[in-house]
Amino acid sequence: MKKGNAVIGKLRVDMTECRGHGVCAEVAPELIALDEWGYPILADGGIPEWAAKHAKRAVTLCPRLALTISAMERQR
Amino acid sequence: MTTATEAAAGARLLAGWLRSNAPAGLAEHAYQHGQLPAAAVPTLVETANRAQLRGRGGGWFPTGKKLATVATNGAKAGGAYVIVNGAESEPAAAKDKLLLRVAPHLVLDGAELAAAAIGADQVTVCVHRGVGLLPRLQHAIAERAAARWGLGIVIDVQESPRWYVSSESTALARFVSGGPGKPRAVSAYRDGVNGKPTLVSNTETFAHLAMIARHGPDWFRQAGTAQSPGTWLVTLSGAVRRPGVYEMPVGVSAADVLRQAGGASEPWQAMLVGGYGGAWLPAGETMAVPLTPESKGVLGCGPGAGVVVGLPTGACGLAETVRAAGWLAAQNARQCGPCFNGAPAIVDDLARIVWGRDRQAYERARFRMAMVNKRGACAHPDGVVQLVNTALHVFSADVEQHLATGGCPGLSHRPVLYVPELPSAQEGWR
Repeated sequence: MKKGNAVIGKLRVDMTECRGHGVCAEVAPELIALDEWGYPILADGGIPEWAAKHAKRAVTLCPRLALTISAMERQR
Repeated sequence: MTTATEAAAGARLLAGWLRSNAPAGLAEHAYQHGQLPAAAVPTLVETANRAQLRGRGGGWFPTGKKLATVATNGAKAGGAYVIVNGAESEPAAAKDKLLLRVAPHLVLDGAELAAAAIGADQVTVCVHRGVGLLPRLQHAIAERAAARWGLGIVIDVQESPRWYVSSESTALARFVSGGPGKPRAVSAYRDGVNGKPTLVSNTETFAHLAMIARHGPDWFRQAGTAQSPGTWLVTLSGAVRRPGVYEMPVGVSAADVLRQAGGASEPWQAMLVGGYGGAWLPAGETMAVPLTPESKGVLGCGPGAGVVVGLPTGACGLAETVRAAGWLAAQNARQCGPCFNGAPAIVDDLARIVWGRDRQAYERARFRMAMVNKRGACAHPDGVVQLVNTALHVFSADVEQHLATGGCPGLSHRPVLYVPELPSAQEGWR
């Protein structure tokens, strides 16, 4: 079955934990870029279904466990 | 830094105190304001909502909403906590220190009422070391205990680190939990002191709450604007005849505050509004626009922590910004890469514009500001970005002059923005 554009959630990074290893951008370049110091810049929109596999892999491979997938709206 | 304090007609928080400029003991407090209205507790959240009280720490977030959020989260988590944020780290602000000095019981009344309303049994007041507030507040707390004043809420005072970011809500909650005074990525309203949902509000907000509990929302709304009722404390400095803290109705303009302070000591070219993480605005017509949260669309910034600094025509706004932004940038918690790399880099770019005739630095600064904004766990980098970004706009003619000639006559002007010494390495984060 073909994966569509439906949004499954949103990537979030805890910047206090991130050390700029850059693994996430390597694994999910369609969602994550790195700034000039090597810290992730996350795509504004949510994670489309077709990119979900890469997003989940990036979360699993983050050496600092700083990356998570959460619902689109953050609760207070 | 404050030299003059004045309670204008219509003053509420500062009414009566400033004839003596002495701290109000409990007897004087009781005489001025009457008993603590314990009966107001069950409906306090609703009362705050009806009063449309907004937090005076900088964000102007609706206080009733915040109280309700922490109460709900606290009920789920089995308890809540209250922190009074008196750790005033804005160099151009003096209102919280003033309020805790002259009217500590008003603030503590508000904190006890809030705690009781949201199901918290403990309050911690956070102040900076070296400002002399710890013993004063301990004295006030002892007075209350001796007189059996209050709602039986346990109150203590702690001295938090002087770093700018240590006064951020999650940093204070972490500090009171016994950790370092560094911001976290998780809201204190959900996960604060020892995991308890924690209300962190500004000193002045609690004082207003104590007044609203006594006199009701309709009374509170008699001053201020429809969307932001009440009075606020403004710290006015810079090129001003009588710098100091002024209590004014929300809705006044910078020109109104300046009039109260005896006018300008030199003509202004611009003003810094909100704080060092606030915004530069041009003088002139802008000075007649009300400084309210709802004016943000017009001005590009809100009233923030109640700071207005007048920049005289002879000074260099860009050089002032390098000093203030450099001071801010140096006080990051070394946690978030975009902040501890980006903020100093942006200040460095600005310095190259001011002294280095570096046109590429101008483009680089703009690129970096867009990249760094909103990417920290707290709003610290955003403050640096706003300060530098508004400086490049408001002083755009100066940018051209600096890039063309490497300077301006204003560089020899005496510094206007007060930049305190950075905390030393011994300050630590505890």
